[in-house]
Amino acid sequence: MVLSMKEIGLDFIKKLDMVANISSDYIVKSDDDTDSKYGYIPLERPIDIHIRYGLIVLDKPPGPTSHEVVAWIKRMFSISRAGHGGTLEPNLLGLGGETLR
Amino acid sequence: MHSFKEYVGLMELHGDIDREKLFEVTKMFIGKIYQRPPLRSSVKRALRIKEIYSIDILEIDGRNVLFKVKCESGTYVRKLCHDIGLLLGVEAHMRELRRVAVAHLREDLFASTLHEVSEALYMWRRYGDDSMLRNVILPGEFIVAHLPKILIKDGAVDAIAHGAQLAVPGISIFSKNITKGCTVAVMTLKGELVAIGRAAMDSEEISKSEKGIAVEINRVVIEPNVYPRMWKRKQQQP
Repeated sequence: MVLSMKEIGLDFIKKLDMVANISSDYIVKSDDDTDSKYGYIPLERPIDIHIRYGLIVLDKPPGPTSHEVVAWIKRMFSISRAGHGGTLEPNLLGLGGETLR
Repeated sequence: MHSFKEYVGLMELHGDIDREKLFEVTKMFIGKIYQRPPLRSSVKRALRIKEIYSIDILEIDGRNVLFKVKCESGTYVRKLCHDIGLLLGVEAHMRELRRVAVAHLREDLFASTLHEVSEALYMWRRYGDDSMLRNVILPGEFIVAHLPKILIKDGAVDAIAHGAQLAVPGISIFSKNITKGCTVAVMTLKGELVAIGRAAMDSEEISKSEKGIAVEINRVVIEPNVYPRMWKRKQQQP
């Protein structure tokens, strides 16, 4: 049985809810399909687009500042813009969520 | 957007304290506490209220206390250790700190080190193998996993990418948890993040309405023209 694009999409949405530990019911307001001609299922993006819309949860080493690490990531990926959420002081380890693009 | 953080820290007490007193005093810090940021901080030093959701003592080794704390974003764990020390009467300072979760993005599940990122990039560039890179880079949608979601029709996507608000006719499927004023994630039926905004209607109203603005868009994420243009220049109600 082949899943429609929409079913795969909904599956991904439910997966997101599971990751965030939320349980939500969804109400269908209208029955629509999504055209495979446009856009991509997030887990099936071509790699360059996946990188562009991607998120790295980085286990930052102690030493460099979060800003320095973001600069390194930008250089590694040869991208001009990268955001980051959550800064840590240089001698603290931990997670920074870095969004690319 | 990141509502809470979880840390594992090492606190060093400046005197000896019995276990019971340590547990008792630490427990007192659960809930809302006052904090004034330390001298060496980039934040304005005003008295603020932060919430500590939980503190667990993991291990005690002499005067060293390993603990896990789950707290509101912006809480200074260093100050927390200092204040616990004050209340214990012996003073204390934070020796080590490691953040282990930013909201739902947990270290054990999702984190990668710089080495892993570097190796994943190498595998892709040298051998064309992007599998490791796909493990290291998550779809950006994970950042809004905790928000109530509204899935919109293909035809509504480009309008929003060009600055339109989300009106009810554009909505296909939506979460039952939407309250007025809450932040929502607007997504395509494929699961792509289109934009983030504030709900102007709650779930019930969206259910009952045939028109009107449902979400005021704050931040567009998707690029224009990924989905075809199906909108007229002046926003019209069908």
